Amino acid sequence: MASPIIELAGVAKTFESRAGATEALRAISLAVEAGEFVSIIGPSGCGKSSLLRIVGDLVEPSSGTVRVNGKSARQARLDRDYGIVFQTPVLYDWRTVLQNVQLPLELAGRQRAEREQRPRALLRLVGLDEFARHYPWQLSGGMQQRVSIARALALNPSILLMDEPFGALDEMTRERLNQELLQVCAETAATVLFVTHSIAEAVFLSSRIVVMSPRPGSIERVVPVDLPRPRGDKTRAEPRFFELVTLVRECLREDRARASA
Amino acid sequence: MGYVRDYAPAALVLVLGLVLWEAIVFAFSIEFYLLPAPHVIVQNLRETYPLLVEAGLYTFTEAVLGWVLGCGGGIFAAMAASRSPALAAVVLPYAVASASVPIIALAPLAIVWFGVEQGSKIAIVVAMTFFPTFVGALRGLLGVTPQSLELMRSYAATERQIFLKLRLPHSLPMMFTALRACATLAMIGAVVSEFFGGPVKSLGVYIKSTASLFQTRQAWSAILVACALGLLFYFAVALIERLAMRWHFDRSDA
Repeated sequence: MASPIIELAGVAKTFESRAGATEALRAISLAVEAGEFVSIIGPSGCGKSSLLRIVGDLVEPSSGTVRVNGKSARQARLDRDYGIVFQTPVLYDWRTVLQNVQLPLELAGRQRAEREQRPRALLRLVGLDEFARHYPWQLSGGMQQRVSIARALALNPSILLMDEPFGALDEMTRERLNQELLQVCAETAATVLFVTHSIAEAVFLSSRIVVMSPRPGSIERVVPVDLPRPRGDKTRAEPRFFELVTLVRECLREDRARASA
Repeated sequence: MGYVRDYAPAALVLVLGLVLWEAIVFAFSIEFYLLPAPHVIVQNLRETYPLLVEAGLYTFTEAVLGWVLGCGGGIFAAMAASRSPALAAVVLPYAVASASVPIIALAPLAIVWFGVEQGSKIAIVVAMTFFPTFVGALRGLLGVTPQSLELMRSYAATERQIFLKLRLPHSLPMMFTALRACATLAMIGAVVSEFFGGPVKSLGVYIKSTASLFQTRQAWSAILVACALGLLFYFAVALIERLAMRWHFDRSDA
């Protein structure tokens, strides 16, 4: 059996501040296999974004180990194994859409030919090739987030880390981008770690859903999603889809009830 | 087309203002030594312009040289300070406070230190433009969002790459705002420091000496030249700004 691409063992995080210590994450252990789409869902403040940042080596864990592609998270970051999509698109105003997608290739010092071709192909993949010369402010929020997804794919990373990428979008746009994301993932074969607070989104996208408890965040339950692929509008109408949505909702309720008890 | 429509009202107000000025001077029979009518100033401008051009260039040179040195120094210092946030935190409050220091009050001392010629004026302009540029550039360089830094970190960007591809372009709007304001300051600094002494063929000395002899129309002519040079300076910087930040100005065209 292949070793997991992401492996967390006993990861904990405590933030120190003037107001005192806040325990954000407790005893997180999780293994993600190559090609999986794993969503992390939980109430706000449960540390799910911190968990994502720990995997991406943007935040250091207080204890525990993170192994990515058989190496430390730091080494994986230095090897540029990650593509990250944040809550906001984080596009640079002074760069055109195309230049924003080129940024990772420039930073990695890739050859000119690759810097020209790959971003164009990625913009085609997210349906924005006509907007290559536009500036970010000329695009809608949904289009901006698609640019940031194209940018995250620029170096063909083995792992995509997505931190509530569609949280700020309206429901219609979110559903369309969910659909597009599945197609993009199918074509790139990237492993995805996806933070969300939308139950329907998690069920639609994931192969597994990690349900987290309120602060200090810990893994409450892992729900495998057995919906067949490829998924589409019909998936959202299947009885199994509703069963899974209900199951995840109940998991979230249980830990809220336990937290307030 | 668009320009005509945009600026026509402002131009109309200018013309009306001049007409009103002319009318008031005649209606109340105001003596020209108190307030010359616009046509008298224009007439005087035509008679004295060779002298005014010479004086204007002398003063303009001080303003531009002082601006280049002061703003250049400010940008350079901001780049250095941005590498050490601790240093920036120590320096920034003083730089901000310096905005309320009347640096022009040092002009008489500047003459003692740097001589009565252009050196002392340039020194004043440098002192006036250094800190605003420093503050503007430093705020721009340090003001990048944590997320845009995280993005750079996630791609293992070097400090140099973060500076060139994130901090520097991010700082341009604030830097240019300071550079434009400093173009205005530089002209004020040069003219006013000349009030404290300088060669006859400089705008400040000319304005001061003609005004004290009640040669009001001569003084007004020189003031107009100073205004024109100030506007020229400002718009030259604004033009460079537009060329350097295409992305910023395409907005208004869309």
